[in-house]
Amino acid sequence: MTTKTILTYLIWLAVAVGGVIAVGVVAIHRGEPINALWLVVAATCCYALGYRFYSRFIAAKILVVDALRATPAERLENGRDFLVTNKWVVFGHHFAAIAGPGPLVGPVLAAQFGYLPGTLWIVTGAVLAGCVQDFVILLFSVRRDGKSLTEMAKEETGRVGGVVAYSAVIVILVILLAVIALVVVNALKSSPWGTFTIAMTIPIALLMGVYLRRIRPGKVLEASILGFVLVMLAIWGGRWVSQDPSLAQTFTLSAAALAILIILYGFAASALPVWLLLAPRDYLSTFVKLGTIALLGLGIVVFRPVLHMPALTRFVDGTGPVFAGKIFPFAFITIACGAVSGFHSLISSGTTPKLIARETQTRMVGYGAMLAESAVAVMAVIAACVLQPGVYFAINSPAGIVGQAPEVAAATISGWGFPVTAPEMQALARAVGEETLYNRTGGAPAFAVGMANIFSNSLGGQALMAIWYHFAIMFEALFILTVLDAGTRVARFMIQDALAHVYPPLGRTSWYPSILSTSGLVVAAWGYFLWQGVKDPLGGINSLWPLFGIANQLLATVALCVATTIIIKMHRAKYALVTLVPLTWLVAVTFAGSWHKVLDPDPRVGFLAQAKALGAAPFTHATARLIFNNRLDALVTAALVVMVTLVVVESARVWIGVLSGKREARVREAPFVMTRLATEEHR
Amino acid sequence: MNSLLNVARILLAALREIFDEAPYSRFLRREQMESSPQAYSAFCREREAWAARRPRCC
Repeated sequence: MTTKTILTYLIWLAVAVGGVIAVGVVAIHRGEPINALWLVVAATCCYALGYRFYSRFIAAKILVVDALRATPAERLENGRDFLVTNKWVVFGHHFAAIAGPGPLVGPVLAAQFGYLPGTLWIVTGAVLAGCVQDFVILLFSVRRDGKSLTEMAKEETGRVGGVVAYSAVIVILVILLAVIALVVVNALKSSPWGTFTIAMTIPIALLMGVYLRRIRPGKVLEASILGFVLVMLAIWGGRWVSQDPSLAQTFTLSAAALAILIILYGFAASALPVWLLLAPRDYLSTFVKLGTIALLGLGIVVFRPVLHMPALTRFVDGTGPVFAGKIFPFAFITIACGAVSGFHSLISSGTTPKLIARETQTRMVGYGAMLAESAVAVMAVIAACVLQPGVYFAINSPAGIVGQAPEVAAATISGWGFPVTAPEMQALARAVGEETLYNRTGGAPAFAVGMANIFSNSLGGQALMAIWYHFAIMFEALFILTVLDAGTRVARFMIQDALAHVYPPLGRTSWYPSILSTSGLVVAAWGYFLWQGVKDPLGGINSLWPLFGIANQLLATVALCVATTIIIKMHRAKYALVTLVPLTWLVAVTFAGSWHKVLDPDPRVGFLAQAKALGAAPFTHATARLIFNNRLDALVTAALVVMVTLVVVESARVWIGVLSGKREARVREAPFVMTRLATEEHR
Repeated sequence: MNSLLNVARILLAALREIFDEAPYSRFLRREQMESSPQAYSAFCREREAWAARRPRCC
């Protein structure tokens, strides 16, 4: 054994011991506040061990990743979709595509259980499930010329798999777009400063568009830096707007008004040729997103904030004000992105497989990028938990639970054992430049206050707290709106592709009757759920976020069914537990969650119980609509469960057939072609 | 020093790819065009169809 080998063993032993100690401290510590750095060390050690040992085991023993096999990027290179790309560049590209608002919002909402459940689920979920899903789906797509998840599901598990994967994607998109739009509405309602800043991104994006097209064609990084400087000026100007009575009135919008504006924006972005606005906004949003994530990570490591939220709160019993439901299954549904997200399988079988130069790089891109996203989710837990618990609950609790009046809300929250006073909340709202911070459900404002809290303790002090808060709100709203317009267009194209089988002209993406009708259909679908959330007395997040989590995790179930099927067909059945364990866990979580959301007798949890409770109350037009909405949510949840049950059963039939020798174990991989890149490397 | 420069180079390459500067350079090479407002418009038209179908995660 060489000195280098011994040193390597010692280093990994130190990482393992460090990880055990840090996880132990995070899990056992009670009473006094804990430093956030313990969470960072625990997560980093687990990620390092997971990447070094588990992903390597999967690559070597199960997938048999082949460095000599040419990838579609090499074989089908066309300079457009298929292109041999540097592995770090693909990593950055993939991470930018998978990192959305989910890993920031979900962990903030789940912090109502305390910092412990969310952190443990994010770390273990990512290492054992999320990263595994992203990695195996990416490799399987690479071996199938970059085929999509729906195509692989159809080929490997049967027609049902393809149809369900397609339907699940559409439903997820609709629910996702509604819920993230609701997050923006709740962050910007009655906030002239925030609304002004976001409104200003429209002329800034147009200016960037003119710069890109006329002044310096193609210089996107330059234009993005210019746009960023202008956005910072807009944030600074927002304070002035919020202090001017007439301007403040113009930009003070109700939740309903904001919802209507966002619905109109979504339709315009999908149906009209407004690329001069959308493309530069997309660049600007990516620029701000990557910069802010890096800044937040650096801030947490440098400032080492203290977590005031306890490890576990009393709300593990299901009576939480942020959303109702017990720790199992709701903590695992609320945090999807950051631990395991079915949506990632669409990216892993979309653009990324067409850029991978060597099969061996799928490990770093697939498994590694998901670890990075998981780290973002840990940062979100920290941002939420640095707040005093009373403040956290005052921001995240809907008026329907804690009351409308500040004194009543503060008394209710203090009564739960999380002291907070109305003057304290008033002072905090003033410090961040808002009228009030009560009932700001959705996670974004709590994340923004937490982020402002971390930075204002050192950078610029309390004087810059309002700027940091509005920077965080701008960052979240900007990239949520980008996901909103991109998602609407993706859903529109998917529907057009499907309708083309019924009437071919409907599939033409340049035919205006088709564009208008399909855009209208998609926007009406998510707009309906958004409106439902805005009008919901319990704040909307309580019903919509779990619905989104369930839909997203059910898509992960489909992806893991496809992965398990392929592993079994590859004669690697003895290792199938690698995907089968996360699959079983997700089935347990999502089916239990769905059962609770549909049939739980508690009206705060079960859709049907709430409809029944509303039916027993005095009848009004509003209650009739609420009853209908609850029944609709129950129907959507039940339909998703039925569809995924069909895929699981169909997949199990294939597994049994292959294992018993009754069915041919034929994988649909592209034929082996020797790579030229390996010989080029050795020259 | 060299490895730091290498990291900076890779970071810049990743940013150029994410922000479509590298695809634009490839487009110019492929079409044998010089960078100009017309060339960039042509690139944007080609890119629109691809970008519009690209899912963005939650």
